[in-house]
Amino acid sequence: MKKEKPTTITSVKIGGQAGQGIKSMGLMLAKHAVRSGYCIYDQIEYPSLIRGGHNVMQVSFSSEEVLAPQKLTDLLIALNQETIDLHGSTLKKTGAIIFNSDNTADTSKVDKNILLCGIPLSSIAKEAGGDELFINIGAVGAAIALLGGNLATLQELIKEEFKDKTEEIIASNLHAAENGYEHITKSYKNAVNNLLKPIETVNSFIPRMVISGNEAVALGAISAGMQFASIYPMSPVSNIMHVLAANQDKYSYVFKQAEDELSAINMAIGASFAGARSLTSTSGGGFCLMTEGYGLAGITETPVVVIEGMRGGPATGLPTWSEQGDLQFVLHAHQGDFPRIVLAAGDAKEAFELTMEAFNLADKYQTPIVLLIDKNICENDQSYQMFEVVTYKVDRGKFIDEPSEDYKRYKFEKDGISLRSVPGAGNFFLANSDEHDEYGYSTEEIEMRNKMHEKRMQKLVTCEKEDMAEPEIFGPEEADITIVSWGSNKGSILQAIKNYKNVNYLHVTWMNPFPTEAVKKVLSSAKHVIDVECNYTAQFANLIREKTGIEITDKLLKYDGRQIFPEEVEEKIKKALKGDK
Amino acid sequence: MTNMTDLKTPCSPTWCPGCGNLNIWGAFKQAAVKEGWDNTNTALVAGIGCHGHILNFVKITSFEGLHGRALPVATGIKHANERLNVFVFTGDGDCFGEGGNHFIHACRRDHDLTVLLHDNSLYALTTGQTSPLSPKGLKTKSSPQGNSDQPFNPLTLAIISGATFVARAYAGDMPKLTEMIIEANKHKGLSVVDILQPCVTFNKVLTHDFYRANSYYLGDDYDPTNKSAALEKALEFGEKSVPLGIFYKSGGEREDKEQTALVDKPALKYDLSDLFKKFT
Repeated sequence: MKKEKPTTITSVKIGGQAGQGIKSMGLMLAKHAVRSGYCIYDQIEYPSLIRGGHNVMQVSFSSEEVLAPQKLTDLLIALNQETIDLHGSTLKKTGAIIFNSDNTADTSKVDKNILLCGIPLSSIAKEAGGDELFINIGAVGAAIALLGGNLATLQELIKEEFKDKTEEIIASNLHAAENGYEHITKSYKNAVNNLLKPIETVNSFIPRMVISGNEAVALGAISAGMQFASIYPMSPVSNIMHVLAANQDKYSYVFKQAEDELSAINMAIGASFAGARSLTSTSGGGFCLMTEGYGLAGITETPVVVIEGMRGGPATGLPTWSEQGDLQFVLHAHQGDFPRIVLAAGDAKEAFELTMEAFNLADKYQTPIVLLIDKNICENDQSYQMFEVVTYKVDRGKFIDEPSEDYKRYKFEKDGISLRSVPGAGNFFLANSDEHDEYGYSTEEIEMRNKMHEKRMQKLVTCEKEDMAEPEIFGPEEADITIVSWGSNKGSILQAIKNYKNVNYLHVTWMNPFPTEAVKKVLSSAKHVIDVECNYTAQFANLIREKTGIEITDKLLKYDGRQIFPEEVEEKIKKALKGDK
Repeated sequence: MTNMTDLKTPCSPTWCPGCGNLNIWGAFKQAAVKEGWDNTNTALVAGIGCHGHILNFVKITSFEGLHGRALPVATGIKHANERLNVFVFTGDGDCFGEGGNHFIHACRRDHDLTVLLHDNSLYALTTGQTSPLSPKGLKTKSSPQGNSDQPFNPLTLAIISGATFVARAYAGDMPKLTEMIIEANKHKGLSVVDILQPCVTFNKVLTHDFYRANSYYLGDDYDPTNKSAALEKALEFGEKSVPLGIFYKSGGEREDKEQTALVDKPALKYDLSDLFKKFT
């Protein structure tokens, strides 16, 4: 392992059985890197099991931003044989493996150039006074040593991680980590590199946050003054619920676990009808059930924020893997027409910001807002400078909570948005799932139906004018190739185009209303366009065609549940530059 | 103070003449006048079915939800503002077909909601099909050979599932129904009132005549705090044996809970710097 240039990305992969603490090891390594002054991106892959399956986490770090997982590995930490068998081939020729030399390990298939660091992890664990579970902490110690990292930072992280545990447990973990560390500095002294050496200015800045999209959504919701959340558990978004559940007393909102997704969205609608900023979150399967409430919020004009974290479908599909297969579903979910505002985040930071914005949009337009994220965003961590909320303002829109003369909840307004009130305020109104008049009374009368329907749909026109964001262009203005995409592909594309001066990227976050003119302008003048997305039918390219009339013929589509790697994007770029598709 | 005229809306009832819903409507308004329920302290929720039309005829802020989903909406309202009296109007098809799951969970949660079950033992708005409360053998458009399935017993289901006020009333006795609605609302916890509400158009078995001939009120000697006895009593149904009154009542843990409103405090932006630090 060596640093080719200062910005080289180092990738460490940790593999073992579910239950061996792969995730917490990886997170410790990631935090170690940010505290040493680096940027990180980590990716966890696991089956839909609690114990026994193969888990692997990749932590990539660099002095510059890391935006995507890497195909190749510098250091493999193998807690079992399976890890060597499955991931040994991803090692660079300059790579290394740390494995448990107390067990017989078969490394015969590993390239002969690769450094084999056998560490007696079981003995270290035993000596530290712990059981076999402690082998992971010994391995982390060894890895940090091999990468030239700071032992004190690891000790600090261990104390934080186990702060709720007994002194004895903390001491055992420290001991195991120190032994693992020492084993490298003694037995593999010459192999030690400086990839994780604290960067010189490390003491003069605040470390970056290591945060996943799920956590970012939850923190965004709390920051935005969310008052009520009702959620039913589902992979890959359950962690939104966990963060919200843990912090509810401190930030005075209520989290309620619903009996199913039907109830989750209806509870959120009820709370919002009564005046509370409300959220629910789910994955595609849960959104199938929420589809019913989606339109209910539309016709009753009740604000609600819905987070939809996509995974591989259909049905149970690939519960713990990613896909972007729900775009067209969400854009068209529910019968009939109502103003559907659909956003899509490209990474955890965008998820944070768009969650906050979604609450203001929901209140302003009095309609459901869906924010699409995907499993890669939900569960992979990325490092960011501390999130900022300084410029954010809570905007409840047209809202009155005191009595108003001849109040009409659904009063016709040019912008389509009427003055909203709540039960208890003294203003009578009927929030009605039937078509209704300005007070909310049921009606089937032609003129009223037309006017009320048009009033609701007018909100999309207003939104397009007043709030819809233009898509962002990364890279040069003039390019030979323009990539257009959305969601978590953003990171891999940005990572890939760093190596090309003639490729740019159009990143879209507004799916409805859609920035038709801006997208049309960029794509119609582009020399060659590539659509990148993770689904079979190119749902986003179809949306572009529907809105702009532009048909994209060159596509990179992936639907195996795995993330698009930067290398795959590069391969596609190279082919396009050569003229083949 | 609420006057009868305050509750009047421009809409006239659309139920059939003789429909039990008319009585429930009347009884509810009388209860509202007696108790002062109005737009400052009360919210109504309904599902879909003949019962749901009631929201157009009572001038109190309300939410007409989706078929079967009135209870989750009401639960959300109560969470946001515990000070509101929250009434849920639901039908037997609404509550036990599409809404069955929500019903048992609402009982288990025992939130302070008042569920008024318009029980005509069939689907009426869709012109007469069997509901989950239709007696076995009942002939309807969807069961011309007679209903092959057992009905739920809404009372035992509610008691078993954790509701802390479970009662039955007959729509034909408006004064008693009015009292029952008031009693149910006073209870701090989930109140379920199964209101026998004959459908004069489609149900030729469970009619006003049937209920008048066969129902009786539970007497002072009946102890509604005994759960097992309540279950036994709730199983009674037939000739000369349709009990009315409070079957089960227990002081829930919500009895002394302070009623607060989440929405009293405006939605505020939080600076989460402290929380963010945990991610470094």
